[in-house]
Amino acid sequence: MQHMKQGGIRDQAGLLAKVMIAPAILYVVAMIGVPFFLALMYSLSDATTGDPNFRFVGLRNFGAALADPVFRLSMKNTFIFALVSQFLVILLSRLLATALMKEFRGKWLARFLIMLPWTAPIALGTIGWLWMLDSIFSPIDWVLRKVGLLGTMKALFGPMQNLYWLGQPFLAMASVIMVHVWRLLPLATVIQLAGLSSIPKDLLEAAEVDGASPLRRTFSITIPLTLPIISIAFLFGLVFTFTDVTVVYVLTRGGPVHMTQVLSTWTFFKGIEGGDLAQGAAISLFLFPVLAGVASLMLRMARKSEVV
Amino acid sequence: MGRGGLYSLVAGFAFFGAFPFYWMIIATFKRDHDLFQPQNNPFMFNEPPTLDHLRLLLFDTHYLQYLWNTFCVGSAVVLITLLAAVPAAYSLARWAKGWGETMGIGIFLTYLVPPTILFIPLSRFAAALGLQESLWSLILIYPTFTIPFCTWLLMGFFKTIPKDIEEQAMIDGLSRLGAMVKVILPLGISGILTVVVFAFTLSMHEFIYALTFISVSVKKTVSIGVPTELVRGDVFQWGPLMAGALLASIPVAVIYTFFLDRFISGFTMGAVK
Repeated sequence: MQHMKQGGIRDQAGLLAKVMIAPAILYVVAMIGVPFFLALMYSLSDATTGDPNFRFVGLRNFGAALADPVFRLSMKNTFIFALVSQFLVILLSRLLATALMKEFRGKWLARFLIMLPWTAPIALGTIGWLWMLDSIFSPIDWVLRKVGLLGTMKALFGPMQNLYWLGQPFLAMASVIMVHVWRLLPLATVIQLAGLSSIPKDLLEAAEVDGASPLRRTFSITIPLTLPIISIAFLFGLVFTFTDVTVVYVLTRGGPVHMTQVLSTWTFFKGIEGGDLAQGAAISLFLFPVLAGVASLMLRMARKSEVV
Repeated sequence: MGRGGLYSLVAGFAFFGAFPFYWMIIATFKRDHDLFQPQNNPFMFNEPPTLDHLRLLLFDTHYLQYLWNTFCVGSAVVLITLLAAVPAAYSLARWAKGWGETMGIGIFLTYLVPPTILFIPLSRFAAALGLQESLWSLILIYPTFTIPFCTWLLMGFFKTIPKDIEEQAMIDGLSRLGAMVKVILPLGISGILTVVVFAFTLSMHEFIYALTFISVSVKKTVSIGVPTELVRGDVFQWGPLMAGALLASIPVAVIYTFFLDRFISGFTMGAVK
């Protein structure tokens, strides 16, 4: 009797486990898996919003995308924006996290302010930047004019009254990168904080007693021990910047003349505003191999350092 | 690094993070005459502040409607997320052995199929279901990113509750399901609250799906309503625009900050032991 009863409970648990997890899995498969498959189908068709019927056209959309100079520029920009901003984010977040490891007065306020770019909705934060980078009323330009770096014949940045942040190709790209850094720095910082606080204190103290310099301690203890978590921060940051539509859409809409266009905004403009579903799907799928590659690399790194 | 260095470093970063919001506050209360004068000091009020922009935002635009839409979508998404993620997380935390780990990573990997790839096919879904221009399309789609994330987060919370507690409850005569509902859920309430906050804020932050599915002004959420509607022709109405961005940002930022630590512990789980 006793034996049977236990078996019954165990069976029940097995069944319950499956029943309870089923809704979540079904939801994700239905709303991520199926559309992903559909995106693959669309990319091989000639569907438009006007005529969404499926007709197989092979790899024509991918070929057309690759032949399009705007697509190639978007591809390049996507990589530049993601890599440059993540490089800066990892560097700055390490610096900031080291500072936040220490105790000081008013820390909660500093933390609240530092976190704002992440906690407030990104579309609204970017609107604030849009006004800061305004072609005439930018406060950055105002300060530069006041200190004499802008607006006179001999000024470093030239005699114009404004820099036209979002109107000049190089400055527009720098602006997009700046907003990405602004947005992702808080997330990377808290992740790095979690990593730094997981290092056993006695390990660092022991190294100090043994005469290891601060630099040596950083490179021999802190960096190796926090590498998995840095890679997590890097992975998330990369995925966020790589796939982000909001910053570019709100700030520049890809302008001036596509100079800040990225794959995700180009997908939107082609696929939704232009109504070319097939082209849009093909463009967006160029993101996938990179995302998959980055993910598998990061998972492997995280696993390897856990074993050590 | 000395004390002074520490303070100036932190102050510098705080300035960088918060300045755009300071900039919103200034524009919200600044008279147009003062605002659009390139010679005026842009960092302060050169003329007395005004409530005109706020008045325009609240009474002459659909702003309050955007907030209400955002609230409705957020609440419905929270409900769907809880219904799917709580049981799934419990199941993964308690019974999953080998395949639980795999499943956890699987959930994690759904992030790698981003909205950028999904919004085109999903727009056809919405069209097929007759949900274009309907908030229901957002309510159905947002759980695709809240469920994986919240399941992952809750799994960590449930793992911290000792198994003995529900075994004891079962010896006391509760069924397995009864033990979960009556004993474990109350203990996991802080985790569940965290999930409520995150499902809500993530829906509020979302941009691209809302932009794709909703173009009728009165149906917009605050994330897309503010950037797309407070523009007359090509002219941005900076005062009301900044007021709109500010009013929606600050409350959600405050709530989010309270829960940030728990959120991070969920995020980094597995990477830190």
